[in-house]
Amino acid sequence: MLKRALAIIFLLIIGYWLAQGLAGVPFGEDRMLVGQYYLDHVKGQTGAVNAVTAIVVNYRGFDTLGEVTVLFIASTGVGALLWRKKRERTAKTEGSMVLTTGTTLLFPFVVLFGAYIFIHGHLTPGGGFPGGATIATAFLLLYMAFITYEIPHKAFEKTEGIVGMAYVLVGLIGLAIGGYFLYDWIWQDWKLGADNIGRLLSGGFIPIIYTIIGIKVGTELSGIIDNMLKEEVSE
Amino acid sequence: MNCITCIEYIIVGVMMISAILAVEWRDLLAATVGMAAVSLFASLLFFMLQAPDVAMTEAAIGAALSGAIFIFAIKRTQRFETEEEEKPGWWVRW
Repeated sequence: MLKRALAIIFLLIIGYWLAQGLAGVPFGEDRMLVGQYYLDHVKGQTGAVNAVTAIVVNYRGFDTLGEVTVLFIASTGVGALLWRKKRERTAKTEGSMVLTTGTTLLFPFVVLFGAYIFIHGHLTPGGGFPGGATIATAFLLLYMAFITYEIPHKAFEKTEGIVGMAYVLVGLIGLAIGGYFLYDWIWQDWKLGADNIGRLLSGGFIPIIYTIIGIKVGTELSGIIDNMLKEEVSE
Repeated sequence: MNCITCIEYIIVGVMMISAILAVEWRDLLAATVGMAAVSLFASLLFFMLQAPDVAMTEAAIGAALSGAIFIFAIKRTQRFETEEEEKPGWWVRW
């Protein structure tokens, strides 16, 4: 009882303290100058129409590389934790006819939609992470519908590795040409697509990097699903 | 009162109800569905607050993938039910 009373008093003190601190912050007012700067300069500096994407990939490209690395570490951790010598899929019930037919019909379109999301990342809302997750849900559908289905492991692992290195490679090319890591040489030096803003072939290296991120996220999340679904079989 | 605002309040209310249910339900599968519902309504709310990027990510990862992974994890555990003893109400559960 005493413990509970103490906890309540403690919570009230912390709550009062937080409320006191937050009361000084103006809510919903624009106090930051950096947002307006991005909105004013995003077209000239990056060539992208979607300011969110330009910030994520171009201005904050190094942070995004860190984000991709975090996802890679998480996927590696899942694989290492669940590693067994011999693992197989142990599902017993077949998917119903509605599920199997729907999956075979919808799978290409779901993958196409995911690819659309990350290829058009600099024009419309979306980008590498939502597009990759959409592709992973397509593979999740396949896993749920067919009891013996498995992703092509060799190809997926190789693609993931190559694509991860390609991100760093794009950054290093920028370092060689422009003098700093992830320098957008396609937009700043070559001026590719300068008369084409708002169409597909513009935005400097944003479409390239988002395609890389989309493929990487899609293969990694499919790998996590595969690791979670398979169970150890004893012989 | 403008009607978009009413819809936002309704969505926030449904989110809070499903969050409480996700904590309170004893059945783990039902709790996972409650958690996915929170993510789904959060993505609706993000869309109405003009953040479609975040809404797409939230719908794909929060509602679909993490729900599926939770269900796979629950499938690996064993499921049993016991006679419930007299438990305290939700207000003193902590």
